[in-house]
Amino acid sequence: MKVNEIINPKDLPVMEFDSIIIGGGGAGLRASLQLAESGLNTAVISKVFPTRSHTVSAQGGITCAIQSDDPDDDWRWHMFDTVKGSDYIGDQEAIEYMCSEGPKAVFELEHMGLPFSRTEEGKIYQRPFGGQSKDYGKGGQATRTCAAADRTGHSLLHTLYQANLKAGTKFLNEWFAVDMVLNEDGAVVGVIAFEIESGEIFYIRSKSTVLATGGAGRIYASTTNALINSGDGIGMALRAGLPVQDIEMWQFHPTGIYGAGTLVTEGCRGEGGYLLNKDGERFMERYAPNSKDLAGRDVVARSMALEILEGRGCGPNKDHIQLRLDHLGPELIYQRLPGIVELSKTFAGVDPAVQPIPVVPTCHYMMGGVPTNINGQVITVKDGQDTIIEGLYAAGEVACVSVHGGNRLGGNSLLDLVVFGRSAGLHIEETMKQGVNLKKASNDDIEKALERLNRLNASTEGEQVAVLKERMQQNMQNNFGVFRREDLMEKGIKKLDDLRGEVENIFLQDKSATFNTARIEALEMQNLFEVAEATAVTANERKESRGAHARDDYPDRNDDDWLKHSIYFSATKEVSKRDVNRRPKTVQAFQPMVRSY
Amino acid sequence: MSSVIPVAQVKTLRMSIYRYDPSVDDKPYMQDIDVEVPNDKDIMVLDALHLAKAIEPSLSYRRSCREGVCGSDGMNINGKNGLACITPLSEAVKRNKLTLRPMPGLPVIRDLIVDMKLFYDQLEKVQPYLITKSENPEKERVQTPEERDELDGLYECILCGCCSTSCPSFWWNPDKFLGPAALLQSWRFIADTRDEATEERLDDLEDAFSLYRCHGIMNCVTVCPKGLNPTEAISNIRNKLIARKRQ
Repeated sequence: MKVNEIINPKDLPVMEFDSIIIGGGGAGLRASLQLAESGLNTAVISKVFPTRSHTVSAQGGITCAIQSDDPDDDWRWHMFDTVKGSDYIGDQEAIEYMCSEGPKAVFELEHMGLPFSRTEEGKIYQRPFGGQSKDYGKGGQATRTCAAADRTGHSLLHTLYQANLKAGTKFLNEWFAVDMVLNEDGAVVGVIAFEIESGEIFYIRSKSTVLATGGAGRIYASTTNALINSGDGIGMALRAGLPVQDIEMWQFHPTGIYGAGTLVTEGCRGEGGYLLNKDGERFMERYAPNSKDLAGRDVVARSMALEILEGRGCGPNKDHIQLRLDHLGPELIYQRLPGIVELSKTFAGVDPAVQPIPVVPTCHYMMGGVPTNINGQVITVKDGQDTIIEGLYAAGEVACVSVHGGNRLGGNSLLDLVVFGRSAGLHIEETMKQGVNLKKASNDDIEKALERLNRLNASTEGEQVAVLKERMQQNMQNNFGVFRREDLMEKGIKKLDDLRGEVENIFLQDKSATFNTARIEALEMQNLFEVAEATAVTANERKESRGAHARDDYPDRNDDDWLKHSIYFSATKEVSKRDVNRRPKTVQAFQPMVRSY
Repeated sequence: MSSVIPVAQVKTLRMSIYRYDPSVDDKPYMQDIDVEVPNDKDIMVLDALHLAKAIEPSLSYRRSCREGVCGSDGMNINGKNGLACITPLSEAVKRNKLTLRPMPGLPVIRDLIVDMKLFYDQLEKVQPYLITKSENPEKERVQTPEERDELDGLYECILCGCCSTSCPSFWWNPDKFLGPAALLQSWRFIADTRDEATEERLDDLEDAFSLYRCHGIMNCVTVCPKGLNPTEAISNIRNKLIARKRQ
C-alpha cells in the first residue's frame, strides 16, 4: 500500500517488533545498541541515513568527570555546575544519575572506537567549557569536556553507528514516522511509518516505542540546527494528547556564524578565544567578572545581545560580535579546532588564525521536551499526578528528563544522549523480560494516526509549505527570541492562531509516492508548528526570568511561584506546573542560589 | 533566506536540473529553472536549490546539516561531484549556468537522489568498526597523541559518496571493487593502534577486485569535499599487503 492512497486501516500491512526506536541520532543509536545486544527484535526508524542525523554537528565535546585532566575531578562538582546552570529547574535525581553514570558511558564510547584526542599520557583529552567549576564553584575553572578535536559529535555518531553495524541492529533508513498509535488504554502500541523511497506504508506494531527524534530549532529563522530538526517527536506526542515540559526554554548559542547561523563551538573560548565589541573591548569581563567568556551560555548570549542593542555591535550595521582566536597561534587552532577553520572560511570568509569570526547568538537547543523519568519512560500529568505512559520512551533532545532545566551547559547534550539512550534501552530490556501485554489497537485507533496523511492526500488547495514556514520562523524570531515581553508575545500568539488553520490544511501539490520530499516537508511543518505554538503559549505564561527565558517585563527569577516545570497540553493550550525533583539519592540537594559567574 | 529581496540586488541564474520521477516520467530530462539570486553576496548551491524548489516544489534532493558535515547533499555540480551546501555559486557557476545532476554510477531514485545501497554495502564489507580481542580496560585504551594523529585525515569521512561515484573503477565494478570511501574506512581501522584485527582485515582484501582495482586515477582526491586522500589510504593498505607477502 502506498502513502499517496487514501488509506483504510483494515488494509494496512503490519510489521511487528519488540521495540522500535524513532530517530537514528546519538540517543536512538545508543538505545538501539543496548537492545540489539540484548537480542530483542528491534528496529531503528530514521528519516535520514543515521550518520546524517544532527548529532553529527556537535563539535566541542562531551562533558564528564573522567579525571583525565584533573585526577581529583568529581562528578558531584559536575552535578553542582549542571544544577546551577539549569537555574535550578533541572531535576536533581536525573542530573545525579547522568553525572555519576557518565564516566562509564564515555569509556564505553572509547572502547567502541571513538577517536578521542589524547593527552601526552595517552588519556582522553579534555578542554575547559562554559559553566564548569571545581569544588562546587569555589575552585575556579574546571577542564571537563572530552573531545575529538572539534568533531566530537561526528565521531560519536559514526562510532555508535559502527557499533550498531557490529551488533547487527536492524535499520529502516529513510523511513518517516507519521504518528504514534495508541490503544484504548492510552498505551503506545507502535507507529504509522512509510518508506520514503517507495512510499510503502505500514503500521509498525511494537511493544515499546522510543522517541529519539531530536530537536526543533527550525521553528526559528536563525538557527544552528540542521534542516531536518523539525520536532517530529514533539508533534507526535502533542497530537497524541501527551504534554511537553519547559518547552519555553530555548538555548541561544552565543556563537553562531553571522549570516549563516552555523555553529562555532564553545570550545573556541575553552581553548582561550574571547569575544570583542566594536571598541575592541572584552566585554564579558563586565558581565561575568570571574568566568568571563566561559559563563553560562544564556549569560553570554544575553550579554552579546545587550552589546548589540546598545550600539556596540561590530560591522557597518553594528549587528554582530567578533570572536577572536588568532592570539592562540595557528598550530593550536589547526590541531584543536580544524572544523572551525573550515566552517569560518566557508561561511564567513575568514581564517580564524588571522581574523576574528563574526558571530551572533543563534537558536541552538531545546531544553524542554517530552517529560520522562530517568528510565526514559514518558510521563503525563493527570489530576496533578505523574502517570507513566505504557509502551513509550523518549531520550535525547526530544526528552525532558530534565537534566538541562532552564539552560544547558555545553557538552552536556552528548552526555545526555548516551546516558539516557542507554538507560531507556536497559529499562526496555528489563520490561520485556517480565513480559508485556498491551491491548491491540482497533481500526479507529489506527485511523487517528493516519489522519494527517489522508488530509494531505485529499488536499486540492491551500498554502505552500515554504510560505507558511517563513511566516512562522519570522514570528518566532521576532517575538520569542533572546529577550521576551508580554505585548510582543501576545501579538506572536495571535499570529500563530491565524496560521494554525493553514498549517493543518497545507496544499500538497505533488502527490507522487516516490521519494517525495514535498510530502515530508509538509509533515515536518506541522510538527514544527506544534513546537512553535507550545513554546509561545508557555513562554507567555512563565512570568519570570530564568535560564534562557529572559523577560523585560519580569526581569527577576521568582522561586516562590516558578521554581517549577511548566507543563503544556495542546488540546487545551493550558499551562500547569510540575514539581522539580530536588531529592538526589546520594548527595544533599543543591539549594537555589543567586546565579553569578 | 528571505524571499523578499529588492529587485536591484538580484540577478537571474539559470539552473539546469536533472529530473526524473519514475512514477510519472517515462525517462529522465533536464529542466531549466530560473532563480533570482543575490548580486552582492555569494550563496551556496544548496541555497539556490531551495529557491528552485520554491518555484518547483516537486524537485527532490537530500539535505540535512547544510554545513558540510552530514554528507547528504552530494551531487554532480557542473560536471564535478561535491556537496551542494558548501559549494558557493562563485565557484560552481560557469557562463552563468549551473547544471546539477545526481552522482554518477548509482541508480537514480528520483531527481538528484541516488540509491546509495551499493555504496553502503561496500562499506559494510570492510567491517567498519573497532575490533578488539583483549578485555576492555576499566578506563580508556591508552593511545599516544602521535598514534591518534594517524587517524587524522581518515575519521573525518562523512560517507557522502562523492569519491566512489567519481571513480571509474567503481563505475565498472561497483559490486566487487570496494571503492575509495570503503577503503579509506578500512585503513582508518588498520591504522588505529587499538584495533586488533589487522590480519583479518588484510586477508579480506587479498582478491583481485576489492582493493587492487584501484588504478590511482585520483578522482576521489580531487572531489573529496573534506580534503581527504583515499588514494593514499589505498596505497598504505597495498604496501601492507605487499610487505606481508614478502615476509
